[in-house]
Amino acid sequence: MPSNASDAPAAAPATGRFPLASTASNALKIVIVGGFGVGKTTMVGSVSEMRPLSTEEVMTQASAGVDDLSAVRDKRTTTAAFDFGRITVDATRVLYLFGAPGQKRFWFLWEQLFTGSLGAVVLVDTNRVEESWYAIDRLEHHRTPFVVAVNRFGPGPNLDAVRTALDLSDDVPLLECDARRRESSRDVLIALVHHLARYRPPTSAPEMSS
Amino acid sequence: MNTRPLNSEPLEAEAPDRLYTVTGGRGDAEDPALDSVSLVVAESDPGPDMQSEHADILRLCVHPIAVVEISAELRLPVSVVRILLTDLLDTGAVTARHPVPSTTSSPRKGPRHDPDTLKQVLLALQRL
Repeated sequence: MPSNASDAPAAAPATGRFPLASTASNALKIVIVGGFGVGKTTMVGSVSEMRPLSTEEVMTQASAGVDDLSAVRDKRTTTAAFDFGRITVDATRVLYLFGAPGQKRFWFLWEQLFTGSLGAVVLVDTNRVEESWYAIDRLEHHRTPFVVAVNRFGPGPNLDAVRTALDLSDDVPLLECDARRRESSRDVLIALVHHLARYRPPTSAPEMSS
Repeated sequence: MNTRPLNSEPLEAEAPDRLYTVTGGRGDAEDPALDSVSLVVAESDPGPDMQSEHADILRLCVHPIAVVEISAELRLPVSVVRILLTDLLDTGAVTARHPVPSTTSSPRKGPRHDPDTLKQVLLALQRL
């Protein structure tokens, strides 16, 4: 096939992109948040219609000081890597799934990239439950609806014990999953959507206007 | 063969200088309208005098593509891509399709997600 050489894309990196339909106009977001090695990338990859992509974001001036970022005050920049995939919903809508680190120093991603998310999945490793506390606290604070999924690596505590360890209220769905399996990861996302359909944000100021 | 190739270092090693150059030394775009998943579409072809990053973006935007995807393809932080996109939006070289807020609000029940959006997402997940 000697004539194919000139067909190669000139500048764009050749990563085998799978382009969106030309009618795509409205992108939605769901964020999968958790500690290192808990399986976020695996979960994104198991349901994404394309090979997950990785990129990074730097904390901008606007985000510094917005939240409690005292831990990074002395650093000039903070860079956070994250990955994402996507699922085409219909002719106009496409759902982006982000896998994001849950640690405090990376939370600026929420301000800069994840506002407007439908909701979140907190992915938990029962050997390191404490790594999820900060993410859960922040999500509650931002009133972002979420479900908690325990990625099972083997035998571990039952869900009641996990709920207690996370100090999770009864109205937050808690389920087990195997992030390597597409159906299992899909079921976590379905549980989130059902939760979103029921979800009503708590009213912080229960004042009657009349 | 031992000459060190120019411009081949990973982004991390050259980040400060390169990012300064790419964005012309400007800070954050401060454009809240350009979401991380705004879908960008090229409205013109790359021009011969165009900054290479701008030309790269135009080539990626032949089909709608999210801001974060451009960031991943070009290996540039999202906030840098936002600045580059603001240039292209200003000149009309690209247009952006912004996410439609999925929440509807009623005085009695407070904000809630648009039921049709949730239903379509659910159907898409069930098809997986």
